[in-house]
Amino acid sequence: MATIAHGTHGTPEIAAEEVNYLNVEHGWKSWLLTTDHKRIAFLYLISITAMFFVGGAMAVLFRINLLQPEGIFSAETYNRLFSMHGIVMVFFFLVPSIPATLANFLIPIMVGAKDLAFPRVNLLSWYLYIFGAIFTLYAVIRGGVDTGWTFYAPYSSTYSNSYVLSAAMGVFIAGFSSILTGLNFIVTVHKMRAPGMTWGRLPLFVWANYATGLIQVLGTPVLAITILLLAFERIAHVGIFDPNIGGDPILFQHLFWFYSHPAVYIMILPGMGVISEIVACFSRKRVFGYNFVAFSSMGIAVLSFVVWGHHMFVTGEAMYTSVAFSFLSFMVAVPSAIKVFNWTATMYKGSVSFDTPMLYCFGFIGLFTIGGLTGLFLAALATDVATHGTYFIVAHFHYVMVGGMVMAFLGGLHFWWPKITGRLYPEAWAKFAALIIFIGFNLTFFPQFILGYLGMPRRYHAYPPEFQALNVLSTAGASILGIGYLIPMIYFAWSLKAGPKAGPNPWRATGLEWEIQSPPTTFNFDETPTVTKEAYDYGPMEEEIVG
Amino acid sequence: MPASLTLLLADLQLFPPAASAQAGPIDALYWFEVIVSAIMTVGIFLAVIFLAWKYRRRPNVRATQIEGSTFLELSWSILPFLVMLVMFWWGAKLFYAAQNPPKDAMEVFVTGKQWMWKVQYPDGTREINALHVPVGQPVKLTLASEDVIHSFSVPAFRVRHDVVPGHYDSLWFTATKPGRYRLYCTEYCGNQHASMGGWVDVMDDREYANWAGGGSHGSLAEQGQKLFEQNGCSTCHQLDQQGRCPILRGVYNKPVQLDDGRTVTADDSYLRESILDPNAKVVSGFQPNIMPNFKGQLSEEQVIQLIAYVKSLSPTTPASQQGVQQRPVVIAPRAKAPAVKPPQ
Repeated sequence: MATIAHGTHGTPEIAAEEVNYLNVEHGWKSWLLTTDHKRIAFLYLISITAMFFVGGAMAVLFRINLLQPEGIFSAETYNRLFSMHGIVMVFFFLVPSIPATLANFLIPIMVGAKDLAFPRVNLLSWYLYIFGAIFTLYAVIRGGVDTGWTFYAPYSSTYSNSYVLSAAMGVFIAGFSSILTGLNFIVTVHKMRAPGMTWGRLPLFVWANYATGLIQVLGTPVLAITILLLAFERIAHVGIFDPNIGGDPILFQHLFWFYSHPAVYIMILPGMGVISEIVACFSRKRVFGYNFVAFSSMGIAVLSFVVWGHHMFVTGEAMYTSVAFSFLSFMVAVPSAIKVFNWTATMYKGSVSFDTPMLYCFGFIGLFTIGGLTGLFLAALATDVATHGTYFIVAHFHYVMVGGMVMAFLGGLHFWWPKITGRLYPEAWAKFAALIIFIGFNLTFFPQFILGYLGMPRRYHAYPPEFQALNVLSTAGASILGIGYLIPMIYFAWSLKAGPKAGPNPWRATGLEWEIQSPPTTFNFDETPTVTKEAYDYGPMEEEIVG
Repeated sequence: MPASLTLLLADLQLFPPAASAQAGPIDALYWFEVIVSAIMTVGIFLAVIFLAWKYRRRPNVRATQIEGSTFLELSWSILPFLVMLVMFWWGAKLFYAAQNPPKDAMEVFVTGKQWMWKVQYPDGTREINALHVPVGQPVKLTLASEDVIHSFSVPAFRVRHDVVPGHYDSLWFTATKPGRYRLYCTEYCGNQHASMGGWVDVMDDREYANWAGGGSHGSLAEQGQKLFEQNGCSTCHQLDQQGRCPILRGVYNKPVQLDDGRTVTADDSYLRESILDPNAKVVSGFQPNIMPNFKGQLSEEQVIQLIAYVKSLSPTTPASQQGVQQRPVVIAPRAKAPAVKPPQ
């Protein structure tokens, strides 16, 4: 159809303008009623980017507050800023980040399918996300919520006079969006694989998102239950968590962390999948130890459900319970370590190039290593007691979530941007931004490890003057980091209109997604492909190029 | 600007003071973890840089396809895990040691309340956001919360425990260095969370003896005795003869047979529950629904005073001496602890 529309000009290039999922239909209805997984991924990409900048703006504001020991804003304002930052970033950016965007776009293509198993459910999931986001943003506009993203009872259920219910309902609704995404992935991977696409041939990105899907489907309902119970107590004063009316506050923590610890793996596993794809492509090699990397994703998914008690070592859970959870927490570190070693080993005897996705991949490996190792301090009982509730924790999980997941998200976005949009981004700017982000990130969060062991508690709007120097350093880093995140926004927007055409496979990568046109057509493949090769079959391609 | 920078750096601290017997061993584990992490991080960084540079893309050089190596996979799974087992065992050992306070530990009662720490000593001394302890003496804190979850933290001692409403928590330490150390609340508890902190003063014995002055309202147990009478407890819980309710003399820390057949120890937590919610665990041979519910009637601080009174009723104490404080008190002018009026 597009060829007919442009046909009057007669030039072969314009006539060759391919029909793809972006130009096949126009108008807002074609987007809001689409069932194409690629369009839905695009809708998600715009939505989570908006939420990322909402959450980021709050971080900028509270970092400004922390320039002065006595604080600049009021305690009320500060408490709302860090709470909304956490809620927005965890539930509306990190959880959907890679699954709802990159994986939504890529999983059907990677397994050789026309779409996800349930395209309409996929659209429903986006609407639920938007609906949830509206509830949460309504809470922000009405005056915010001040419970932290953890909603600990009885503070949240009885004492807080902020907009807890509205924010929590937003999280509740967005949780269903996450469940539906996970469900779609599980069914798609089981039932929609093209002929020849065996489990052992799946790209590691698919394995990682499959494992994530399991956690989303099994864990998120528990969060939903927890929020409902919280709402019951807050509205109807049914004693569930508040001891004054017969409840138990520890119960809330068990329920909350039963979801929220597995959820931190929802927030990192997809990133690990991205790194496996990138490191293989830019080393021109099969990922070292494919089976171990694939099964470590499953190992993480399973073990992630039995470590929640490590959030409660100082809460007074029984001593032997703590000892057991400490042991299990060390165990869950092993599969993560396996991945890091395998990615590093993949470069051995490879042909390594330093394109932007690979730079993010280096950043991920380095920062995730630090984030993972500092997790050991928190798995060990005695050092957890010394650091719990301090900036040490804040630094640790930002190294994993931001140093890990956001790096992987940006790496993946650069890697697949040519596939998603059909355009290239400016490489020099992209490298520059990656460097700025790496520097800004470390300057922001490394000082927080030191602050943590010194004892500076998290969620303090004012702090003792001896902590000021490190806080100023951290705020300086945050402003560099903020600029680093704005640069890709600008050049991606530019590239959408004016970037050079990418062609089907600008990276010379393997995988079904690189064998079809960029951007793909609505149904991805003209006919169902038959897979005959292992994943990351870079050998023959190397022969071809090098000769 | 340079002047303010110097000012900033003058205060710069990189490592906290270690002022308790626990601090040294925990720091040792911490440094072990730091060193292991540093070795691993530097190792991974160097490996990434070395491999990326050595095998950088060059014309006419192609990648060698390698499947993997089971030997390597097993080594880099098992070896790090062995190191982690050391951390696990070490951390668990220190944690275990921190569970049970020594028998001779001095008891102090701390109640968290939005947004202050109220401290009561057995001799009746009370203060807010301040804790005074003698050097070298094990101190056990019994922690209670009036409202939401708080967390009591003294970084210089490397101790911390959540203070969860509805029951007692506790922690203990032995301060080793005289000085002033910050104490914090480290569980977010609402608006003024950041101001819920203060100082721990570690004093040498002479200083401490001078400081400890006793409360103007008598010892904790004496205050408890007053409450015991004011609230009408004494009408049923008679001291020497069986009334409608159990005799409390000598019951503290002794096993109690319940009407459902279980046996519990009458420790602080049991006594607290039996005051606030008497029907939760009724002693065998007594009727439920006789004693009124005191939940909401008594503050956590008052409950602590009542328990101190029950504790003072040892089987051998003659009735005339009930309620005397348990540790010697040196009468001296109170130093700087703010005098706090008891509630009511």
